Amino acid sequence: MARRVFAALLSLIFVLTLNFFLFRVVKSDPVGSLFRGRNVSPEAKDRLRTEFGLDKSLPAQFTAYMGQTLRGNLGVSYATRRSVGSEILDKLGPTLVLVGISTLLSAAIGVLMGIKAAWQRNSSFDRGSTAASMLTYAAPDFYIGILLLAIFAFWLRWLPTGGIENPDGGGLFDQAKHLILPCVTLTLGYFGEYAIIMRSSLLEVVNEDYLVTARAKGLRDALVRRRHAVPNAVLPVVTLFAINLGFVLSGSIAVETVFSWPGLGLATSDALRGPDYPMLQGLFLVFSGAIILTNLATDLIYGYLDPRVSTS
Amino acid sequence: MSTVEAAGTRGGVGPILSVRDLHVSYETREGPVPAVRGISFDLGPGETLGIAGESGCGKSSMAAAVLRLLPPEAVVSGEVRLDGEDVFAMTPGRLRAVRWTEAAIIFQGAMHALNPVWKVKHQIGEAIELHDPKVAGKTRTRVDELLEQVGLPARRAEAYPHQLSGGQRQRVMIAMALACRPRLLIADEPTTALDVMVQAQVLALLAELQTDLGLAMVFITHDLSVLTSCCRELAIMYAGRIVERGPSHQVFVDPRHPYTRALAAAFPTVGDPRFRKAPLGLPGDPPDPRARPGGCPFTPRCPDAQSECSAEEPNLRVAGPGREAACVLVGRTR
Amino acid sequence: MTSATVPGRGSITWTRRRRAAAAVWKQYWSSTQGRAGLIILILFFGVALAAPLISPSSGLDVTQAGGPILHSPTAGYPMGTDEFGRSIWTLFIWGARVSLAVGIAATVVAVGIGTVVGVVAGYAGGRTEGGLMRVTEWFLVIPFLPLAIVLASVLSRSLFTIVLVIGITSWPGIARLLRSQVISVKERTFVERARALGAGNSRIIGRHILPSVMPLIFANLTLTVPIAILSESTLAFLGLGDPLRVSWGQTLQASFDAGATSLGAWWYYIFPGFGIIFVVLAFTMCGRALEAVLNPRLRDR
Repeated sequence: MARRVFAALLSLIFVLTLNFFLFRVVKSDPVGSLFRGRNVSPEAKDRLRTEFGLDKSLPAQFTAYMGQTLRGNLGVSYATRRSVGSEILDKLGPTLVLVGISTLLSAAIGVLMGIKAAWQRNSSFDRGSTAASMLTYAAPDFYIGILLLAIFAFWLRWLPTGGIENPDGGGLFDQAKHLILPCVTLTLGYFGEYAIIMRSSLLEVVNEDYLVTARAKGLRDALVRRRHAVPNAVLPVVTLFAINLGFVLSGSIAVETVFSWPGLGLATSDALRGPDYPMLQGLFLVFSGAIILTNLATDLIYGYLDPRVSTS
Repeated sequence: MSTVEAAGTRGGVGPILSVRDLHVSYETREGPVPAVRGISFDLGPGETLGIAGESGCGKSSMAAAVLRLLPPEAVVSGEVRLDGEDVFAMTPGRLRAVRWTEAAIIFQGAMHALNPVWKVKHQIGEAIELHDPKVAGKTRTRVDELLEQVGLPARRAEAYPHQLSGGQRQRVMIAMALACRPRLLIADEPTTALDVMVQAQVLALLAELQTDLGLAMVFITHDLSVLTSCCRELAIMYAGRIVERGPSHQVFVDPRHPYTRALAAAFPTVGDPRFRKAPLGLPGDPPDPRARPGGCPFTPRCPDAQSECSAEEPNLRVAGPGREAACVLVGRTR
Repeated sequence: MTSATVPGRGSITWTRRRRAAAAVWKQYWSSTQGRAGLIILILFFGVALAAPLISPSSGLDVTQAGGPILHSPTAGYPMGTDEFGRSIWTLFIWGARVSLAVGIAATVVAVGIGTVVGVVAGYAGGRTEGGLMRVTEWFLVIPFLPLAIVLASVLSRSLFTIVLVIGITSWPGIARLLRSQVISVKERTFVERARALGAGNSRIIGRHILPSVMPLIFANLTLTVPIAILSESTLAFLGLGDPLRVSWGQTLQASFDAGATSLGAWWYYIFPGFGIIFVVLAFTMCGRALEAVLNPRLRDR
């Protein structure tokens, strides 16, 4: 286990380094672009450069960057002049709610569908569920959002068109109404994968001898399925779930943009417009960090669940 | 709901297992594929029957058919009676009650026959508690008892299947099979995947348990040498049918069917994996069940094939006291 | 098994390979999924390639647009018009070229890098393998979209950047797959025999390992292209695409910015969007059919 944590740390360091160098590739002068269109004296610019530490050598800048980041100082947003850290903290909540709920929903729906599809192989349900999975997989997440927006918000006018709450309304219920469409979008986008993997995992398990043993012992089919087949088949799904958490986080970027959901995703596409480099750097760090963390958590959880791994 | 009873105390002196004209075929995209083509035999309480034959001769299908454990694409006909009761006419509830308590089955390759994510004690315990819910508190004692019976220390109950060796896993399977004190044990290739030394140990264990508990046993394998030591009666299967039957020692020493002769002559060399699969000196492959020519299925490989052999498939005919063989040469002087 | 060093064996191996390929094709064609997928792909590729013949590229020029603004489909404009009066049908077929081209190019990059890394890692073993796989893992944790955004914002916004970005984020998965496949092939006896006969490393890789691994590469290709197309559309939607080129994703972005959803201009987003869906579906179906052929275990699913 220590090895895995160490590997995760190495990945983190790699990401930090990548983060640093990627933005140093920018040839344009960061300070210069800050004052686009404003008349600032060269001496003032030089002073700022010294302040930002941009006059030091590259290795010195790198060390400074590492030190600052590890202390939690992610810089200052070009656009809002607030610290990147506080901007991210503000926007973290809505994204976590959106991503968390839709991941849970898509996993639950997908797994149940996969189980039923596998147990009734080649039935119309099975075929329908596979078709639905393939269809939602084929559509980009943001496109599902656009379609849902067009149908439910503009045409039918059942649900709000964006944002997290009504400017003059508010409250939990209102926020929940705003959550529905983006949440459904993300859920639709990801349930298919769970369904397909659960189904194929279960099908592989179904051919195993220990199920025949279970039947031979006199167990009812439902118990054979529940006690013997599913616990084995669910292992790959657990892995998928934990891995997906990290990816859905960054996948939410496009969906939040479509629905103007005030989370990290919307912040990213806003930062693109500047480009607000400190924000982009900070967000990249957060997204990558999330994936590294969830990968680590997956490894550990899977090791705990599968006795073949935990006791070897 | 069946109650757990000690073996041998149920009434009735009839055969514990009676199979009549059993046919099993599998539905495939290319049509039905026959696996078992008319098998009949009786097994009395406490008797042992060995069934030998190459891979694909239908032995495993027959074993699964007894407890209706075949996959849904299998088509079964004929009659199987467990202690007089028609298995195919049982309601699902009765069938589930009968499974494991009347007859239990052991599979080969216990690595895959045991659930990898459950501890041994839970797998054995499940069988116990399923058929006798009153036992709940004392399950662990019974599990330890069973493990002891098969020569495993009680602490093995805490293990997962992958932590045990092949021989140990097979013992666990045997312990589990005995959990509900069945009167009949069907062992489908229980020693095939094991090293020769471990094989001998497991065989000895089975023989011991059989005598101690008065179990009726059907022992299925493709290794003929194994059967002669533990089974009274021997039946040789080829292409889905029994082609020879009789007291095991006699069948082994004085075979009447050319196939049995070839099997018996193939004294396997200890430890050489080649001899596990096909008997030495028998050319060709077992017939493809999808494309079987008419007549005796052994004709293409038979050293004594006659002209009439490819015309009609011979039935079992008497070849001595208590012996039968399905060959046109039986009864004729060679 | 033909030996690798006997002269003249080339013809035997190739006849065998050709026959195997023909058998694969026949099996592939018997699957409805495979057939449907392939036909759809041929249709789309045909339209994309024939774009200059069907509708001149001047139709993309905003200043030359002559049609009614945001009009629903009519005879003259079968897919309606955008907010500049351009025919969406023109945008569609020219966008197809870009979307498909980027998808394929990015896949080639990803599969190219992934194959080289995977094969070298699997074949070399030891420290080389360890080091390469460590690098692969690092790239695996980098989330695609954030990296794409970062790269696209620091580099110039062009098709090349997009292809590069998708390629860089997709190669690790392929490398991992190929490495395990190479390892299993490496252990097989015919490789040992070739080595005993004195075959050098490059020969073993080229003559034995690559052909065994080729079907896997191929199946992966068909499944990676749709991912690349989806990625490109997402990047374009976020404004990171080449501003000078029209792609389906870019059209969707334009439609969103123009408020097509609120204005009820469904033709603006339905056609490009479903273009993506159909192409991705078609590739996925082909991929699944191909997988079923190459891996018989999957056939009864």
